[in-house]
Amino acid sequence: MTLMKRFSLIFRAKADKALDRAEDPRETLDYSYKRQLELLSKVRRGVADVATSRKRVELQVTQLEQQSNKLTEQAQKALAMNREDLAREALTRKSALTGQIGDLKAQHAQLQGEEEKLTLASQRLQAKVESFRTRKETIKATYTAAEAQTRINEAFSGISEEMGDVGMAVQRAEDKTAQMQARAGAIDELISSGALDDASTVNRGDDIARELEAMSSQSDVESELAALKAGTSGGTPQAIDAADSAPAQIEASQVEATPVAEPRKEEGQA
Amino acid sequence: MIVRILAEGQWTVADDRLDALNELDSAVEAAIANDDQEAFTKSLVALLDAVRTSGNPLPDDTLEDSDLILPPADATLEEVRELLSEDGLIPG
Repeated sequence: MTLMKRFSLIFRAKADKALDRAEDPRETLDYSYKRQLELLSKVRRGVADVATSRKRVELQVTQLEQQSNKLTEQAQKALAMNREDLAREALTRKSALTGQIGDLKAQHAQLQGEEEKLTLASQRLQAKVESFRTRKETIKATYTAAEAQTRINEAFSGISEEMGDVGMAVQRAEDKTAQMQARAGAIDELISSGALDDASTVNRGDDIARELEAMSSQSDVESELAALKAGTSGGTPQAIDAADSAPAQIEASQVEATPVAEPRKEEGQA
Repeated sequence: MIVRILAEGQWTVADDRLDALNELDSAVEAAIANDDQEAFTKSLVALLDAVRTSGNPLPDDTLEDSDLILPPADATLEEVRELLSEDGLIPG
């Protein structure tokens, strides 16, 4: 027997088994209809749940992209101040974020796919439930219990299969969403702990922003000083003079690590 | 012949397409036997594509049993194997 045939038989057997018929076939109709409505509301809830997860991932992507942009700006600023070490650090953090953003975008696409599938499934089920309801009323009005049996079997065809299908689709979507929820929770925690942050708000991430700020106030001082010197002596200020008068707020090691003469070239742009 | 692709819907497919579908089905079966997820996905996608392109979708409000039911396109090997191996359901 082919795979398709086997798969079909097994699936149908499962779906039929789930039908659970009552003694009076006409009662079975009402019972089944009730179950159909329950499934319909379940699949609609499923759509809403997946949409919630999707929005959460969207928000996370936005947050991480903002942080990533901030790091790019910081790297540019650091480079403008000739601090390649700082720029490198900012870009390293950014590349970790880029990986996370890529993952989240893939998850987002997957959730969007699930949402679309479930939406279509709920539309199909709704159309079939409506057909079933019409047929059910006709059968109940027109036929005796004995006569109804064949008609009922016909009406059950398709609907039980559809219910099995939709039930499985909801289950699979729930499983997938649950996995992603767990990952999204982990990322939310990372964001709130600041581990992914650049950031001017969190301890560890502080340093780039703080140092850049210190650097820029240093160059402000230097350029003002240079302007003053130019004004008083009329000559070009010496690089070494300016660096020596840099404010003490910068840690000594950082100042030493910076080539003294080179930042002067960047001052005009900084 | 009515074919259902799980999570997608039903199609009516002309009976003379069955041979072509069976051929594609053999590839899926072989992939399952070889425990080859990549080949499984590839052959399943080919099989489902053949159904979609050679059939016409049934209207949503029809209540008809399918002659064939196929796994969803994103099914994993394990999912299909699990369903196929469930006790007491395989008729022969």
